[in-house]
Amino acid sequence: MDILALSAVELAKAIKAGETTAVEAMNAVLAQIDRTEKEYNCYVTVDSDRALRKAAGVQKRIEAGELDSPLAGVPVAIKDNMCTEGLLTTCSSKILENFIPTFSAEAVLRLEEAGAVVIGKTNMDEFAMGSTTETSYYGPTKNPRNIEHVPGGSSGGSAAAVASGECFFALGSDTGGSIRQPAGYCGVVGMKPTYGTVSRYGLIAYGSSLDQIGPLCRNVTDCATVLECIASHDIKDSTSMKRNDTDFTSALVEDVKGLRIGIPRDYFGEGLDSEVKEAVLGAAQVLKDRGAAVEEFDLSLVEYAIPTYYTIAAAEASSNLERFDGVKYGYRSDGANELHSMYKRTRSEGFGPEVKRRIMLGSFVLSSGYYDAYYLKALRVKSLIKKAFDAAFAKYDVILGPVAPTTAPKLGSSLSDPIKMYLGDIYTISVNLAGLPGISIPCGEDKNGLPIGLQLIGDCFNEKKLIRAAYTFERQH
Amino acid sequence: MANVISDETIDYVGILAKLELSDEEKEQAKKDMGSMLDYIDKLGELDTTGVEPMSHIFPVQNVFREDIVTNGDDSENILKNAPGSKDNMFMVPKTFE
Repeated sequence: MDILALSAVELAKAIKAGETTAVEAMNAVLAQIDRTEKEYNCYVTVDSDRALRKAAGVQKRIEAGELDSPLAGVPVAIKDNMCTEGLLTTCSSKILENFIPTFSAEAVLRLEEAGAVVIGKTNMDEFAMGSTTETSYYGPTKNPRNIEHVPGGSSGGSAAAVASGECFFALGSDTGGSIRQPAGYCGVVGMKPTYGTVSRYGLIAYGSSLDQIGPLCRNVTDCATVLECIASHDIKDSTSMKRNDTDFTSALVEDVKGLRIGIPRDYFGEGLDSEVKEAVLGAAQVLKDRGAAVEEFDLSLVEYAIPTYYTIAAAEASSNLERFDGVKYGYRSDGANELHSMYKRTRSEGFGPEVKRRIMLGSFVLSSGYYDAYYLKALRVKSLIKKAFDAAFAKYDVILGPVAPTTAPKLGSSLSDPIKMYLGDIYTISVNLAGLPGISIPCGEDKNGLPIGLQLIGDCFNEKKLIRAAYTFERQH
Repeated sequence: MANVISDETIDYVGILAKLELSDEEKEQAKKDMGSMLDYIDKLGELDTTGVEPMSHIFPVQNVFREDIVTNGDDSENILKNAPGSKDNMFMVPKTFE
């Protein structure tokens, strides 16, 4: 049996049936990492001893009948901005180069309770700030589909690890598209749930009002299964929501009859690559052929999402990243003999250029005299964007569009012009501003063989409609 | 470029952000921030009179819970991460003469 060819859910079934074991699965993944990791750089940290030890423990519990979850024994990769007890957690930054958390993120704990086994920590843009995984202090990750191209970001390591068989599934986080966009670029399935569905406890914060943890997987079934496992109401995260409808696997139904799908004309204008456009509209046709009602509409305000996002995200980042001061954990500059200069030097030496750029911008838009004109203005526009989505979801169950305007750009082509890089997030970012769920699934390839991503967006708490539509498309495609 | 960032502004932001920038970094930061603000100024095209700033998507008010200790004393492990510690406390460079 080719273990690496199995999906996460198939692997758990095979382990349960005694056809393989959690340890064999982990060994298969570690061997794959040995083969390809040097080229792809998906991980910041792989702890194979720990992974094999935990896999052996899980295998015993499966054999004893104590573990019966659909993910029991499956190796998982965790984005390096989620705390893992006893395992280095860097946020791909120099400032956390030696940080060993004393606790695990709630989402990681829930996976471990279900018997999933952590392989290691995946590479990302530093503090999740970037769209290419090139701002990592530990070097860029490469796209396994073509190593001259970026995997996307910021969860680029997670997406590349799933695409290359260096894990069976991964967790990522999505603040402006950081799960959906790399999933699209690497040809895997990625989902950002409704804000508040997965606890952010133990997720190192970037933009707290936008951040959500979600799965990156080989298919829609894995995606629904993982989301069902990690969704929880958590008193340790005051923004976490109480939901009674998190049985997401019940939506794995091949049927979209009567589903109302809206295609925003504003998502198909200038800047959209023609091959991406063709593939995405082709996907809409597939769903239409299966009985969905598909029509075009005007969403409006799309061009205002990016400036709104960068104002809010930078403001929250400047505040969230104040904690990195060289006192309690992480890097400390040894060039200072006085407290205040120790703070400044530690931060100046510990953060990379993109992180500094956003901290500076955030500090500015929150400063006295500019707070109303920039920060509050952005929060007002956010309210208008939310209303535009409310109006759309009064008419449609699902909004369908591309994940990104192009396929994965070449390595080294994005960072020189930040605003151009930010524009690549135009279709994903408003979803975070409005707190909506979104899923990215492969829907084709361009002439160079790079994957094209289809994005489906739902109203808050409507993940099941997305899963049903995505599952139906996957079965037909 | 419409927004020109002065040396004074970038120095002030450096103080707020607790960042010490080299002269070269300062020039780059002035340019970057200017072009970002030009871009953000696009929001001025929208009339938001009477629109309430939306900080949270859902109408969640203050969320309270009982303040009960559920974890044990982990100070030893926590201090292992500290760049400097002494007598079960974080140690920092001197703060005043």
